[in-house]
Amino acid sequence: MTAGTFIIAAILMAALSGIPALFLRNRSLGQKLATVILVFGSLIGLAGAMAILVTGQAETYVVAWSLPFGPCEIGLDPLGAIFLLAVFVISGSCAVYAAGYWPADDNPATVHRITFFFGLLTASLALLVTARNGVLFLMAWEIMALSCYFLLSTEDEKPDVREAATLYLITTHLGTLALFAMFSLLRGAAGSFLFPAAGSLNAATPLATGIFVTALLGFGLKAGLMPLHIWLPSAHANAPSHVSALMSGVLIKMGIYGLVRTLSLFHHVPLWWGITVLTIGIVSGVAGVAFAIGQHDLKRLLAYHSIENIGIIAMGIGVALIGQTLGNSTLVLLGMAGALLHVLNHATFKSLLFLCAGAVIHATGTREIDLLGGLARRMPYTSAFFLVGAVAICGLPPLNGFVSEFLIYVGLFSGILDEGGAAVAVLALAAPALALIGGLAAACFVKVYGIAFLGIPRSEKTNHGHEAVRVMLAPMALLAVICLGIGLFPLVLAAPLAGAVHSWQPDAGMTGYALTAAAPLGWITILGLVLICLAGGIALHFVGRLKAEPVAGGVTWDCGYLRPAPRMQYTASSFAELLVKTFAGILHPHVTSPAMKEPLPGPARFASHVPETMLEHVFMPVLRLANDRLAQLRRLQHGQLHLYILYTFVTLVVLLIWAY
Amino acid sequence: MSSFADQLLVLVMLINFAVLGSSRIALAIRAVAAQGVVLGLLPWLIHPFSWHLLAIMVGIILAKGVLIPWLLTGAVNKAEIRRETEPFVGYVTTLIIGALLTAFAFVFAGKLPLAPAHQGLLFVPASVATVLTGFLVLTTRRKAITQVIGYLVLENGIFIFGLLLTEAMPVMVEAGALLDLLVGIFVMGIIINHISREFSSIDTSRLTTLKE
Repeated sequence: MTAGTFIIAAILMAALSGIPALFLRNRSLGQKLATVILVFGSLIGLAGAMAILVTGQAETYVVAWSLPFGPCEIGLDPLGAIFLLAVFVISGSCAVYAAGYWPADDNPATVHRITFFFGLLTASLALLVTARNGVLFLMAWEIMALSCYFLLSTEDEKPDVREAATLYLITTHLGTLALFAMFSLLRGAAGSFLFPAAGSLNAATPLATGIFVTALLGFGLKAGLMPLHIWLPSAHANAPSHVSALMSGVLIKMGIYGLVRTLSLFHHVPLWWGITVLTIGIVSGVAGVAFAIGQHDLKRLLAYHSIENIGIIAMGIGVALIGQTLGNSTLVLLGMAGALLHVLNHATFKSLLFLCAGAVIHATGTREIDLLGGLARRMPYTSAFFLVGAVAICGLPPLNGFVSEFLIYVGLFSGILDEGGAAVAVLALAAPALALIGGLAAACFVKVYGIAFLGIPRSEKTNHGHEAVRVMLAPMALLAVICLGIGLFPLVLAAPLAGAVHSWQPDAGMTGYALTAAAPLGWITILGLVLICLAGGIALHFVGRLKAEPVAGGVTWDCGYLRPAPRMQYTASSFAELLVKTFAGILHPHVTSPAMKEPLPGPARFASHVPETMLEHVFMPVLRLANDRLAQLRRLQHGQLHLYILYTFVTLVVLLIWAY
Repeated sequence: MSSFADQLLVLVMLINFAVLGSSRIALAIRAVAAQGVVLGLLPWLIHPFSWHLLAIMVGIILAKGVLIPWLLTGAVNKAEIRRETEPFVGYVTTLIIGALLTAFAFVFAGKLPLAPAHQGLLFVPASVATVLTGFLVLTTRRKAITQVIGYLVLENGIFIFGLLLTEAMPVMVEAGALLDLLVGIFVMGIIINHISREFSSIDTSRLTTLKE
């Protein structure tokens, strides 16, 4: 039994898990069966991935197939295993959660569909990470894209969902188009569809530049790097929550995986590659969090935070690339380890947040932050887990988001101190940008937590919100524990991460010792524990004082009013107003505010909304222009079946004559 | 044996012209069925006997000679059409174009870098001519049922080319191609029924309203 057997068994189990549900009349039994199979498969897969990370060995297998694209090679290495960890942990948790969130009894029309495609998506994600043949990779990529489309369009009776799904389908296929170009170019450079060994291709050729650009386009679209993120907010907001969790936690990471894997094939990359990736990362990070602040839809807000975190990951990759150019292995180690750890961290805390959001939506029936309020009293566990996720995503100790951002910070600073030249300017800009991202994220989550979970309920529905069922709370608890575990004991991950970086760039310097020498991970444990003790001590002190002294009862945030009403509370827009105004240049918020001229004005309404600016102000005008200009060309699309066949016919004859 | 195979291939090409020149749909279906049976016999003539080969032959004759024509005749009877009236291009014109395309196929095949074993045979020109005929039927005829016939002729052309490779071609690929065709015919039959029910006609040129 090798690790490969485990992973392949896990892939097969995930792919087949939903099939009984398609045929069983008893939908509930089908769902339970699928959940059990998928969870069991995930556990097997996790065991395999951990075995690879512990041993640090790479393995390859050749599967027999009769397609003319070279051998069908499947490979496992620590780099892929990091992503496999995310795939199996998140999809296993989400499958359990789905049993409570999307129960068969309440959704008899969709449950078999969503269960089947969920298994298929999990399998394709794992297959994608193990594929070592370009064609196999593209196959897994398309299965992933399509099964995600069907999951996303589960509630296709809603126009919003249909629109989001269509936008997703168009953009994902544009990305695939770029990947087709990329793999063709890669075949030109490497001589076959098999992935060449890490660091074996020369990055100085025009072909390599083509591969880099197409990879950035294709994988960037999937990862949601700005300005290619347009599909991401609506897709994440409109999918069922456990699907959003898997999409945000794992699916978009496949874009990162593809980019990292492609970059690993080259040696001596030019400086502009690293600077480009770093800059795109900064832009995605800052703009992503700025857009998030302006959102009123809980899941849409989380989706913009995914863009932000993808930006942070891209920054880490950029640092590693710059390190590779400069021959500075510490920089490579810190940047890439930070990026990979952030992949894992973002997968856990963002999935946790989406699952909490799902529990909130399940309980209240709305995603509007301004309709929520006071949930902490009605859903104590969910709000506690949400708090854990929120602190983690802000990059604060003692949770896991801090560790990965810390690695990237240390990488940035060591790069600034160490090297001269153009790289320093960008690295020096990146450090404050990362700090800005963290600060804005904290502001944003103070807003979400303050408005949705604290205060008093703003509507009847939220007043009757109930705590999530146990089967939903259990996966949330697991993810929260992982967040805390990685945050407190990052030293455990030092060797596996260094191993993954080593398989990204084979270099003797990539060891766990080098990583702990460059970044004091042990200190994080100590500081985290001290922080928890301090916070616990202060909390105990105040609880003691509350018990000892008489306390007057009152309403939260009454601002000195005698009879405060729920509507007097801060709203999401009012809380974010200052920051939204600051970033108005990129956000273009729509604000309708009443003009009050008389001393005693009548009733008036105020509304503000931050649209998907990139889509509305850049892509749509360009596409509309293209639509007008290309009207002549559309005559070819006339609906006459015979003439369509004639096109094929004429093309064939012309090709034959040309060949002749 | 191979000269007999060549004669059968000439027959196949003649059947192409029968399909091109006939306005009666029943005749066209029978012609395609006959073409299928002839093609089913061909492997026996050019390859040594094996069970694999026998299975392929029986499968092809059953599918192309019996099952598909039967399905098509059923569809024709249900939709109550007998003739392909007013095609886009007249029968004489299509016959002439068909003749030109067949000639072109011969010229083209002569220039192909073929294996010496296949050099003198009619397989490649017959295959190209049949494929082109299939395309011609597809582009010039109006009724959905004649379009199906066009697809069948097209597939027969591809099959002739495949005959050269029978030994190299795994049985799964053959079975897959045959299954594809059968499913295609099923779908077409269902669509034809629906089209005739919805639009009380099976004229595919009226489908332009569906283009957006």
